Amino acid sequence: MPRVIVDVMPKPEILDPQGKAVHGALPRLGFDGVTDVRQGKRFELEVAATDEATLAEVAQIAETLLSNPVIEDYTVRVDA
Amino acid sequence: MKVGVVTFPGSLDDVDARRAVRVAGAEPVALWHGDHDLQGVDAIVLPGGFSYGDYLRCGAIARFAPIMTEVVEAANAGVPVLGICNGFQILCESHLLPGALIRNDHRTFVCRDQQLVIENASTAWTSDYTAGQTITVPLKNGEGGFVADAATLDALEGEGRVVARYGGVNPNGSLRDIAGITNERGNVVGLMPHPEHAVEELTGPGTDGLGFFTSVLTSLVAR
Repeated sequence: MPRVIVDVMPKPEILDPQGKAVHGALPRLGFDGVTDVRQGKRFELEVAATDEATLAEVAQIAETLLSNPVIEDYTVRVDA
Repeated sequence: MKVGVVTFPGSLDDVDARRAVRVAGAEPVALWHGDHDLQGVDAIVLPGGFSYGDYLRCGAIARFAPIMTEVVEAANAGVPVLGICNGFQILCESHLLPGALIRNDHRTFVCRDQQLVIENASTAWTSDYTAGQTITVPLKNGEGGFVADAATLDALEGEGRVVARYGGVNPNGSLRDIAGITNERGNVVGLMPHPEHAVEELTGPGTDGLGFFTSVLTSLVAR
């Protein structure tokens, strides 16, 4: 089955407390080279085909359910 | 007067909300998320809790519950709708109210008696207060930070649609200290703190929250 990946990320201007918490933990573990962390979500959708109509439908799913456009951006891509 | 309180899987404060409705002098009606029936209620409360386990985003799945079709229709027809905490999140996800609620800026769950300043005392749910009045009700949330873009915030403030602001401290990082907002018509109100937990002297910090539930009766009688 082909797979479509939807990545959802908090918009750049929206505070991401989870990313900040992860970032804050890194120096405690000895990792000092990371200057910022943003945390998002990845959805893997199994689909029958990856034609244009299917991808348009997935974009609609991402827009209406998987993301909240007020606070999040999404990208849709076919899993290679 | 019948006020419906919707129970979703994971709702916590539906029983307290029904009790508050009764204390205010109305008849509470338990509504079920899976029904397509508002049972003829005159107003609707979406209670606090963790509907659908807060999976995906708070309120994101509850928004598509069967009864929300009827709730959105009723809200658009002018029926008073109050969303408290998780209910506020559901109203934002349903696009009945602008903005969104995100995780508290300090990343911890907060539970405290919270001072609020009522800013708009002309909504269906706040008419028994006076503008500028300070009240204290419980607040308990992990994802109560109200956010919206600057243009939306300016519009909300310019149109008097900020219903309540946090007084004293901002407990969750909400932009411009916003604790509650209303729609253009003033019938739909979303509020992060919990007035239903402050309706009797025996429990909670006092009875300051009762006004939300008496207000809707006043506004229904006036209709």
